[in-house]
Amino acid sequence: MAMLLSGNQALARGMYEYGGEFASAYPGTPSTEILQVIAKFFKDDVYAEWAVNEKVALEVAVGASYGGARTLAAMKHVGLNVAADAFMTLSYTGVGAGLIIVSADDPSLHSSQNEQDNRYYGKMASVPVLEPSTSQEAKDFVKIGFEISEQFDTPVILRLTTRICHAKGLVEIGERKTVENKGFERNIEKYVMVPAYAAKRHKLVIERLEKLKEYAETSEINYIEWNDKKIGIITGAIAYQHAREAMPDASILKLGMGYPLPIKKIREFASKVDRLFVVEELEGFYEEIIAAEGIKVEGKKFFSNHMELNVDRVRKGFIEAGVLDSSVMPESVETESVLPRPPVLCSGCPHRGIMVALKKAGVYTNGDIGCYTLGALPPLNQIDSCLCMGASIGNAFGIERAGKTEKKAVALIGDSTFLHSGITALASVVYNGGTTTNIIVDNRITAMTGGQDNPSTSKTLMGDAVEPVNLAEICRAVGVKHVREVDPYDVDESYKVLKEELDREAVSVIITNRPCMLFPKKIKDEPYTVEADNCIACGACFNVGCPSISISEETNEKGRPKAVIDEYTCTGCTICAQVCPVDAIVKIES
Amino acid sequence: MKNGTTNVLIVGVGGQGVLLASEILTEVAKESGLDAKKSEVHGMSQRGGIVTSHIRFGEEVMSPLIPSREANVILAFELAEALRWVGDLHPDGNIIINEQKIIPTITTTGKFFYPEKVVDKIKTLVPGAIVVDAYQIAMDLGNSRLVNTILLGVLSLSLEIEEETWLKVIERMAPKGTGELNKKAFMAGREVK
Repeated sequence: MAMLLSGNQALARGMYEYGGEFASAYPGTPSTEILQVIAKFFKDDVYAEWAVNEKVALEVAVGASYGGARTLAAMKHVGLNVAADAFMTLSYTGVGAGLIIVSADDPSLHSSQNEQDNRYYGKMASVPVLEPSTSQEAKDFVKIGFEISEQFDTPVILRLTTRICHAKGLVEIGERKTVENKGFERNIEKYVMVPAYAAKRHKLVIERLEKLKEYAETSEINYIEWNDKKIGIITGAIAYQHAREAMPDASILKLGMGYPLPIKKIREFASKVDRLFVVEELEGFYEEIIAAEGIKVEGKKFFSNHMELNVDRVRKGFIEAGVLDSSVMPESVETESVLPRPPVLCSGCPHRGIMVALKKAGVYTNGDIGCYTLGALPPLNQIDSCLCMGASIGNAFGIERAGKTEKKAVALIGDSTFLHSGITALASVVYNGGTTTNIIVDNRITAMTGGQDNPSTSKTLMGDAVEPVNLAEICRAVGVKHVREVDPYDVDESYKVLKEELDREAVSVIITNRPCMLFPKKIKDEPYTVEADNCIACGACFNVGCPSISISEETNEKGRPKAVIDEYTCTGCTICAQVCPVDAIVKIES
Repeated sequence: MKNGTTNVLIVGVGGQGVLLASEILTEVAKESGLDAKKSEVHGMSQRGGIVTSHIRFGEEVMSPLIPSREANVILAFELAEALRWVGDLHPDGNIIINEQKIIPTITTTGKFFYPEKVVDKIKTLVPGAIVVDAYQIAMDLGNSRLVNTILLGVLSLSLEIEEETWLKVIERMAPKGTGELNKKAFMAGREVK
C-alpha cells in the first residue's frame, strides 16, 4: 500500500518499520514534525521526547544507543551546531545500537537564520551522510542508516532539506521489524574519551572512513542512470529531481550517500561522459572533493551556492554552460509588483504589549529566536539584534561592557529559548557583574515552530502531565536578585516595570505572564471596535502592528485614514484601546 | 495536461484553507492512480503570510516544485495573490480567482497600497480567467470556511478526474462532522459558470 507522506512523516514511519525504539529532538523548522508524528502514531513502539536543546537531545540519544536501542536524534541544521560538541566525539566512541542524526537543512532560509550546508559536518567528523531525494527514500534511508551505523560502529547523518521535509510524495508502507536490544555493554576504551583512549579511537575513525569509502563504491544507493553520454551529471538530494527534469537526456550518477563519496565510481562515470557537471544545492561539497581527486568537473560556476535550486535555476545553469538550448525557458511575463505580506505578531499576541513598552523606553533590544523576532519588522521596529538561540542575554551584556552605547541594552528571550541556552548566559552575566535588563516573554509554549511543549508547559511530547519549571526560581538561583513578573497586556504597567528595572544598577529579569493566544488553545475574548466618529486618524493603533487593525475608507479632515478593527480576528487583548489617545476603541456591546 | 505532468499552483493567504485544499487535490490525484507530489511554502502563514502550494501529478513526477510558467492551472484564493502569481501560468493555462480581498497590516504604514482593478489587469494577460465570489457562496451555504472546497469544485472542471473520486476524498479529509457540507460546497463550486 502506498501513502502520500511528507519526508518528515516518512522518516517517522521508517523509525517505526525499522525497529527504532527511541527518539529525541528540540523542535526546529523544518524538522519538527518527525517527533510529533512518532509520538502521535507510533508511541506504543517508539518512545519520543522533547529535549531542552539539541545537545541534550543528542546526548540522551547517544545514551539510548549505547544502551541498546535503535535511536534517532532530530534537529534543524543550526541545531547541529548546538550539538556539535557531543557529535564530534561521538564519532570516536561510535554507537551501541544504530544511531541516526537527522540534520534538516534549510536552503533559501525559509525559516532560519542562515543556510549552512551540514554535509561538511559529516566530513569534519568522518561520519557518513545520507541524502534522500524523495519521501520514499526518507523512509528507506532509515533502514540503510541503521545498518551502516551498526556495521561500521558510527553515527549516521541523515541530511534532509526543507523540500524533502515538507514535500509530499508516495511511500510504500511496510510492517515493523524489530532487532534485539542487547543493553549497555561496558567498554571504557570505547566509551570514555580521555586523551589516551581518544587517540586510539581516532585511529579507528580514520580506518573506518576507508571502509566506508569502499562501502560507498558498492552501495545500491549510489547508482548510474545511463543516457546520452555527452553530458554526465553527478547529483543527490532534491537537486537530483531538479536535474533529471531539467536535463532528461543526460546521464546521471545519483548519490544517495553524500559522504564519503564513491571516487572509483565517479572516476569511471567521468571517463565515459564528454562533459561532467555536479548539480548540488548550497556549497560545492561534492565538487570540491571530486576536483581534489584530479577529475575535471564543473558545477558552482553555473549553479550558485546562494539559495535553493529548482528546475528553472538548473536549466539556466546548463544554458549558461552551453549545453542546453535557451528555447526551453518560456518568456517571462511582466506583472505588477504586489505589496508584500510580511509576517506579523498574531492578533492578541502577548509579546505586543512588551514591544510597545520597549518602544516607549527607547532601548536597544537584543532579540532571540522566536515569535518575538517578528517585532523587528515595521511598525514595531523593536528588535535590534538576533543571532542564534540564547544569544540575546550575552549580546546585551556585551553591548553594556563595550561601554560606548548610551541607550541601555535589553535582552528579550522566550521561555523555551531561555531553557534551551539562555540560563547559562544569565549565570555568566550575574557572575561578571552585569546590570542588564533581561525580559523572558513566557508564553508557556514553543510557539514559533507551531506550539510544542517544553519544560515550562505542563505536558511532555508523549502527553504525560508534569510539573512546569519555575523560571523565576531559576533566575534567582543563578543569582538574579531582581526578578519581577508583569502582565504584558497592561501597557502602562509593563512600561513602568521596565523603566524601574532599566534605572536599576543591577541585573534584573522581567517575566511576562500571559500564555500564547494560539497554543495550546486558541484564546478569543470579546472583540473591540473603532468608533469612527471619535477616531482622529492619529495612527497610534497602527503602530502596535496588529493584523486585526487596518485602514478604514473613512478619513479625517486632512485625508488621513481612520482605523477599523476586524471583529472576527480581534481577540480583545485591549492593547490598541490602551494606546488610543481619544478612547475611540471600545468593546463591542453584545 | 494531456501528456506528462499536470501542475496546479494554489496561492492565498494564511488561514484561508489553502493547505487543506492542496492536501485534498494531492490525495485525489493519488486515488486516481497517478504519481503525485506536493510542496508548500508557508512562511509564517499563521501570521498573515503568503501561502503557495505546488501540486504536480502524472505518470512520474520529478521535482516537487513547478517550474516558472509551467502551471496549468493557478487557483488563487485571494485577489492580490492572483496578481502576484499570474506570471507563473503556462501560456495555455488558466487562472481561477476568488474575489476575496485580504488587506495586510503593512498598508497602515501608508507606504504600501492594495492593488486596484486586479481582475481587469489579469484579464489583459489571461482573457479566459475565471472569477468567482467563493466567499459569498460560502456565506450562502452558511459557513465562511467552505471557501476552499468551493474553489476545488471550480478547479475540478478543468481537470480530468472523476467527480466520485473528489467526493470520496473530501468526505474522508474534511474536518470531522463537515463532510456533507463540504461535499455540497464542492458541488456548488462545480456549478459556477
